[in-house]
Amino acid sequence: MAATGQASEVELQTEQDVVRARQAVRKLTQDLKFGLVDQTKLVTAASELARNAVIHGGGGRMEWEVLSDKSRVGVRLHFIDQGPGIPDIQLAMTDGWTSGTGLGLGLSGAKRLSNEFELDTQPGRGTRVSITRWK
Amino acid sequence: MERIPILRIGEFLLVTIQVDMHDQLAMNLQDDLSSRIQTTGARGVLLDISGLDMVDSFMGRMIANISALSRVLDATTVVVGMQPAVAITLVELGMTLPGVRTALNAELGMQMLSSAVASEESADGGHRTG
Repeated sequence: MAATGQASEVELQTEQDVVRARQAVRKLTQDLKFGLVDQTKLVTAASELARNAVIHGGGGRMEWEVLSDKSRVGVRLHFIDQGPGIPDIQLAMTDGWTSGTGLGLGLSGAKRLSNEFELDTQPGRGTRVSITRWK
Repeated sequence: MERIPILRIGEFLLVTIQVDMHDQLAMNLQDDLSSRIQTTGARGVLLDISGLDMVDSFMGRMIANISALSRVLDATTVVVGMQPAVAITLVELGMTLPGVRTALNAELGMQMLSSAVASEESADGGHRTG
């Protein structure tokens, strides 16, 4: 698996940036000719994670890369913030658990909507969530 | 401030979301709609989301809230026009919108609202209380 060299990012500071992140992922998956359901799943997962970065992470950024191996193409998104981190990952991944005013579906839902999901966080050192969806 | 328009058609309110909503816009809609239901005495709300190409948990919650608050204000909400890809994603995300009435399109949604209001009126003898 090798990245094709395309990489870029969207700043995540405001609610409007969450919209921009969604639009960037929509365009990316459209350009790669993902099916409509796959596009929608990745856009929705991106929206959840971008909002988390803005609200819980105090802002951050989304980076993306296009992946390809012999038989398939994929998109990997990274959501990176320097916020307080997640003290209890297991709890944070539980459906319905929320530290804020949401429904608590952000992390667990984004995981279900992705093919691959990685969470790297430490209290006080920020959070990095990476998701991949293959076409 | 940016607002989503709410149109009055007889005893119903019509909301068509045609922009990619940021969170504050969704919150504003919830507030605006509850005050419009109150000031107009509307019996039903048709919420057309056919223009939305994604609904995440925040928007899903807004839809559920609108449905719940209209019920408390004696109005029925029908959500119409959800795109299939949006529906598939929303369910996989974990939101099944319990208690939210839906119809495939605006025409069927209007029929549903009309019959909901008619059956309520016959149930309470044609007199609306409150």
